[in-house]
Amino acid sequence: MTSLFRLRALSLLLIPVALSAQTGGDIPSKILGTMMHSFILMAVVTVIWAVAGYSLAFGGSSPFVGDLHFAFLNNVGSAPNPDYASTIPQQTFMVYQLMFAIITPALISGAFAERMKFSAMLLFTVLWSLIVYFPMAHMVWGKGGLLNASLGGKFPCFDFAGGTVVHITSGVSALVCALYLGKRLGFPGPTIKPHNLVISFIGACLLWVGWFGFNAGSALAASSLATSAFVATHFGAAAATLGWIFAEWIENGKPSVLGGISGCVAGLVAITPASGFVKPFPALLIGLCAGVVCYLMVTRVKAKFAYDDALDAFGVHGAGGTLGALLTGVFATSAVNDGFKDAAGKVLPLGVVDGNGGQVLNQLMGCLIAWVLAIVGTLIILKICDMTLGLRVGKEQESEGLDLSMHGEEGYIFES
Amino acid sequence: MKKIEAIIQPFKLDEVKEALKAIGIDGMTITEVRGHGRQKGHKEVYRGQEYNVDLLPKVKLELVVPSGRFDEVVKTLTAAARTGKIGDGKIFVYDVAEAIRIRNDDRGESAL
Repeated sequence: MTSLFRLRALSLLLIPVALSAQTGGDIPSKILGTMMHSFILMAVVTVIWAVAGYSLAFGGSSPFVGDLHFAFLNNVGSAPNPDYASTIPQQTFMVYQLMFAIITPALISGAFAERMKFSAMLLFTVLWSLIVYFPMAHMVWGKGGLLNASLGGKFPCFDFAGGTVVHITSGVSALVCALYLGKRLGFPGPTIKPHNLVISFIGACLLWVGWFGFNAGSALAASSLATSAFVATHFGAAAATLGWIFAEWIENGKPSVLGGISGCVAGLVAITPASGFVKPFPALLIGLCAGVVCYLMVTRVKAKFAYDDALDAFGVHGAGGTLGALLTGVFATSAVNDGFKDAAGKVLPLGVVDGNGGQVLNQLMGCLIAWVLAIVGTLIILKICDMTLGLRVGKEQESEGLDLSMHGEEGYIFES
Repeated sequence: MKKIEAIIQPFKLDEVKEALKAIGIDGMTITEVRGHGRQKGHKEVYRGQEYNVDLLPKVKLELVVPSGRFDEVVKTLTAAARTGKIGDGKIFVYDVAEAIRIRNDDRGESAL
């Protein structure tokens, strides 16, 4: 089973690749800079994770942030950590959780694409991981965390695979970045068109597969719970694809490929917190809602407030994550996840469908904390980066494209 | 000698080439160009963001023919390139002062 688990962690490593394929695909003729954003995060976040990140997320048992018990991965070896996963080596658990820490800041990079200095982006990521991600991961998944549902949290918030921790934090932070940095030169205009939808398409397909690693893997065992998370994930993505495409078809007269893959990602996002808690049919419903709501977010809401979030990190991950987290409180059922028991060993009701109406409030609390932490944390970090390194590249560098001005190379060399 | 410059729909290029070959016109120069006349282009929508594409891909065909064959060539060309819809393109005609074959200094119509 451990080897199966390693396979899952490996498949997660594909996600940033898929993400960069998807995002790079969306950015016009500035592809390397965008791909570099996702790729370099694998390196940067991994190093921070080893030094202190894992410990700040999963060490200790305080309500807000971990301690330094596991700093430099001390005490993280082949023995399982019974608090989190009693059947796999703690190192396996550690490297699996690392994948979540990598993808989250990578999602934000869609919002500052094509205009942020590379140096500022590195500093931003380091600070963001420390100030926003590790505390949020600890609050929701860490022992004694304020929002932890199974290990003594004050507001038990169900988040199976990162609706609040990954998608709300990244999506909302992306919105803050887009507003703070301002629009790209020439946006909206004829030069700002998707770079290559074929790459986007392949990226979305990789994401659909990789996501099973996130959601089914979050069962932390090859169990029936992993299977139901797998099924819910797949159903959510399918329904959301249809939801987005039909909304677009009705409104624009044409169903588009970019719409289909955006809907798919919206569904994967929304089902993420719910995946280990809901039956297949509610998964379809959650997906369908996500497809339509995220479509309206990126068309109506984005147009109304006129912010330039190139890859719709907010419209898809922020909105989809919030929607999914709230609906988890409605559809979570002990028929899928009987891991929550009272002192007498009786299985507890989970969501509204189990008769536990108050769970929606706990979910709301989780969303609220994620939103506030993301907004305040990101604003402070942006200010720090702006004052020290400067955030935005010069106009000349921007119109030349970050591939050349930041990295000194080009994605496509056609002259022979 | 006349120079015929025809802007046509890209998908009509093969038909036009075949038709010209059939009446014995072998030489031509082709360029991929973008432009628009009265055709107004089309709209593309990416995640709700609209883009108007008004410069459309066309093919520019340039050939120089003896004055005596001019009518026949234009008739063949228009017949082959026509769909009857907006966007079929245009033909412009110029008088040519001289033609020179670089290989052997042939001049005039014998250089064509």
